[in-house]
Amino acid sequence: MTLLLIVLLPFLGALIPPLLIRRGRTVAALAAGAVPVAALALLIPLWPTVRDGGVPRWRIPWLPQIGLEFDIRLDGLAFLFAALVLGIGVLIVVYARYYLSERDPMGRFYALLLLFMGAMTGLALSGNLLLSAIFWELTSLSSFLLIGYWTHRADARDGARTALAVTGLGGLALLGGVLLIGRIVGSFDLDVVLASGALVKADPLYPVVLTLVLLGAFTKSAQVPFHFWLPGAMAAPTPVSAYLHSATMVKAGVFLLARLFPVLAGTDLWFTLVVGAGLLTLIVGAYSAMFQNDLKGLLAYSTISHLGLITLLFGFGTAEAAVAALFHLINHATFKASLFMAAGIIDHETGTRDMRTLNGLWRTMPYTGVLAVIAASAMAGVPLFNGFLSKEMFFAETLAVPPGVAWRWVIPAAATLYGVFSVTYSIRFVYEVFFSGPGTGMPKEPHEAPRWMRIPVEVLAVLAILVGIFPNLIVRPLLTASAAATTGGVIPPIELHVWHGFNLPLLMTVIALVGGFFLFRRLNVLLSVRGGYVRSVSAKGLFDDGLFAVLRMARRLTRTLETGSLQRYVLYFVLAAIVLAVAPVVRHGWPLGAETSVPADGPLIAGWGVLVACAIGTVVWRRQRLVALIVISGAGVMVTLAFARIGAPDLALTQLLVEVVTTMLLLLALHHLPQEAAAGSSRGRLVRDGAIALTAGAGMAAITWAVLTRPFSSISTYFLENAKTQGGGTNVVNVILVDFRGFDTLGEIAVIGIAALGVTMMLDGLHADPRGRPFLMSRDRTPLILTSIARPLLPFALMMSVYIFLRGHNMPGGGFIAAILTSIAIMLQFMANGIPWTAARLRVRPQPVIAWGVLIAVATGVASMLYGSTFLDLAFTYVDFPLIGEVELATALFFDLGVYLTVVAAVILMLTALGALSSDAAAPDDYASEGDPWRS
Amino acid sequence: MAFLMASAIGVLVAAGIFLLLRARTFPVILGLSLLSYGVNLFLVTMGRLRGGSAPILVAGVTDQVDPLPQALVLTAIVIGFGMTAFLVVLALRARLTLGNDHVDGEEPDA
Repeated sequence: MTLLLIVLLPFLGALIPPLLIRRGRTVAALAAGAVPVAALALLIPLWPTVRDGGVPRWRIPWLPQIGLEFDIRLDGLAFLFAALVLGIGVLIVVYARYYLSERDPMGRFYALLLLFMGAMTGLALSGNLLLSAIFWELTSLSSFLLIGYWTHRADARDGARTALAVTGLGGLALLGGVLLIGRIVGSFDLDVVLASGALVKADPLYPVVLTLVLLGAFTKSAQVPFHFWLPGAMAAPTPVSAYLHSATMVKAGVFLLARLFPVLAGTDLWFTLVVGAGLLTLIVGAYSAMFQNDLKGLLAYSTISHLGLITLLFGFGTAEAAVAALFHLINHATFKASLFMAAGIIDHETGTRDMRTLNGLWRTMPYTGVLAVIAASAMAGVPLFNGFLSKEMFFAETLAVPPGVAWRWVIPAAATLYGVFSVTYSIRFVYEVFFSGPGTGMPKEPHEAPRWMRIPVEVLAVLAILVGIFPNLIVRPLLTASAAATTGGVIPPIELHVWHGFNLPLLMTVIALVGGFFLFRRLNVLLSVRGGYVRSVSAKGLFDDGLFAVLRMARRLTRTLETGSLQRYVLYFVLAAIVLAVAPVVRHGWPLGAETSVPADGPLIAGWGVLVACAIGTVVWRRQRLVALIVISGAGVMVTLAFARIGAPDLALTQLLVEVVTTMLLLLALHHLPQEAAAGSSRGRLVRDGAIALTAGAGMAAITWAVLTRPFSSISTYFLENAKTQGGGTNVVNVILVDFRGFDTLGEIAVIGIAALGVTMMLDGLHADPRGRPFLMSRDRTPLILTSIARPLLPFALMMSVYIFLRGHNMPGGGFIAAILTSIAIMLQFMANGIPWTAARLRVRPQPVIAWGVLIAVATGVASMLYGSTFLDLAFTYVDFPLIGEVELATALFFDLGVYLTVVAAVILMLTALGALSSDAAAPDDYASEGDPWRS
Repeated sequence: MAFLMASAIGVLVAAGIFLLLRARTFPVILGLSLLSYGVNLFLVTMGRLRGGSAPILVAGVTDQVDPLPQALVLTAIVIGFGMTAFLVVLALRARLTLGNDHVDGEEPDA
């Protein structure tokens, strides 16, 4: 539980600063700082267990089907990394409080920072590879948000986008690698995976796994050629650069190398790929760092170079090298974070980070100067600072490359060259900022930074010295525990000595220090010689070109497909549907069975003839729209009869009534649409559409035919057997609607209600175009004969609705059918008597009725829950009604009432809204010209 | 009867899709209606055409047809009406706001 809390605290804590920011920036900062402090307070008491080799664990299944567990596992490596993330996190929170200006939204900053902290802690403590991949992506995402924190700056947006694209793609590759590992090993459990190194390395897929995992690690840890995103990420606020892009997140890549060290390391392929990338990165980073004029640029390239160093060490694949790598990981985090913060202080106090402008700050900022000199010395590997120790170990390891590796002398030579470069840029950093020039001419008058802004730097600088002088005392236990966890148990005795005696590594250090000093003296020559040629083929340039090419292609594709023509989209849809339907037939053939249907008879054939004729007639007369409408309703009637014939009386009733309202609706609509179509389509298009339509039709016919010949099995026996016993009705269709599948019906009446409201919204404020009235209108708006028939008809129609409604549970009928019947009866009144007359007498607005209907249906469902049953599981009983006899009273009746009310109100609302539009234009004298008759 | 049903569904779908591909709103609405007829018949046919009585429980009768497709289609008919109504009003709104009844909202270039 403690473990879970360590991971969750930052995530939960991320919610607090945005809420507290109204109480002041310091309060928000304190709250944000309390989070990592609390997490550390939970983490540190676990140290004795971890030191003694224990692995505390907390796990709960998340998606056990795919092997994903929320599995928190704390071993030495995880402890080291989590402590680093949380510890430096505290310092960064303090520092950021003074770094950010009044204008920057601080609540958001701390929220994102804590989000990142949580993702990073989760990655460190994850005991399941899939979970690691999730946290890995979260670090990429939060890094994206933090780089783009100053959203108004174009370079921040560009940097954020580049970083996300590169690390995000790497994350995808990593996911692929992780999935393959899971497939080979059969589990994502870290313990199982770590114990299966031999299995993975022997698998034929090992090269693929390795490449994918390394792609993830190299993109994250900015290895050449993926390094270019890191300098761009310097557009982030400096606390972010210090935290994410030097101390922690970029270390996630090398952390991954350490985590999977027992699984993947030690092969020739591992050596070639990892050492190759590390070596290249080491040199390219250090070389480029010398030529940066931006302080943060210099530090960024230096970070790239140091990450290359750590990668290189892991690449050697030996336990000794892994120890050195972990040691350098700690040291680099301390001195580089403090250098970044110092750079931030300088930027903050002088208004610039350009080393060509900065000068002579030793006079005005001696204190910051001392801190920067300490950190830079550690970076350069000067004795008595922590960087010296791990660099000596690094040198020793490059010399220990076993014979048999071709070009093995290249590695120590390159390492020495790197040493020279790193001394050069470290001197440049310190000299140009603090010791050259008179200390004037900068955008702001420099002075020392606030006390609390310097404290985080002090802490780290002191650590750099303490580790440099008393390494055994401070880091050896941590190093031992983490190295043991990294290599899987076998670790060499770790010897940390400030003085090793005269040996080759020391000689390399001396060469680096002296060479670096002389190189710095000649740097101006180099700076002038080095033209723009390196820039012109930079990786970032290639990336941008590629990105723009992709964007251009996407835009072209979009423009081709997305023409804005709905007619064309419909064509795409139809074609896609045909392709999707044809594809399985091509693959599996068109198997027919031997089932037979009932034989056809005379009436059937006649009905078929009428239906086909009506369908074709609709197409033929599509331009004479009134004719087309009459013909298509013929098809509707035939479909109704077909339903009746094949044993579906409910469907036949519903179809017939819906047919009536649809025709009314279309007549009303036709009132406002052109009666005759404008110029038709070209001949070619007609032929094309005809061919497509015939293909689709033939396909549907073929599918229907095939289905009808194939053996039949259905789940409906269940419904037939249980309709009476569980649903309490004999009309199985109705029982399915209101009971077995009641949830579907509930959704459906909601849709109908929404459609009705949508119709009124769309007609709101719309006025019909009175020009070119299509029909010859009757002058008599309320014809006497119709009125005299309609009014007495209403009570009969309503009584019929009640009857159909009540019997629906047992005989054909029910809420839907009764509702449409009622609406037709009421619509008849509207037509006969006019809208105002009828609306005034109805006294009920349909909109609330829709809502009540849905509410009643929902309430019925909830009520059944109150009685200990599930939602919409309905009950029933039998009641003796006077005159009618025994009536079964099921709660289904209430549900059906909801259906009834919703549908009645929806249909009336839709038709009257349309009708009002017509009468509005036809006779504007009588009543208000509002589209909605129910408004008042 | 299988042949009659299959061919009727085919004709309804073909006519519906042909109208669906037209440029004016009214034929498109008609096309959707025809397509709905075809699809509803298709769905209810999935319960086969072997004769039998309506799915209403009466003592002694056991040859009821499959009720499930019927329940689905009943829903489909009502939803279809809601959709048609919405579409009709959309067409109206487009016509009255844009001044034409082309589905793209503008007359094609002459």
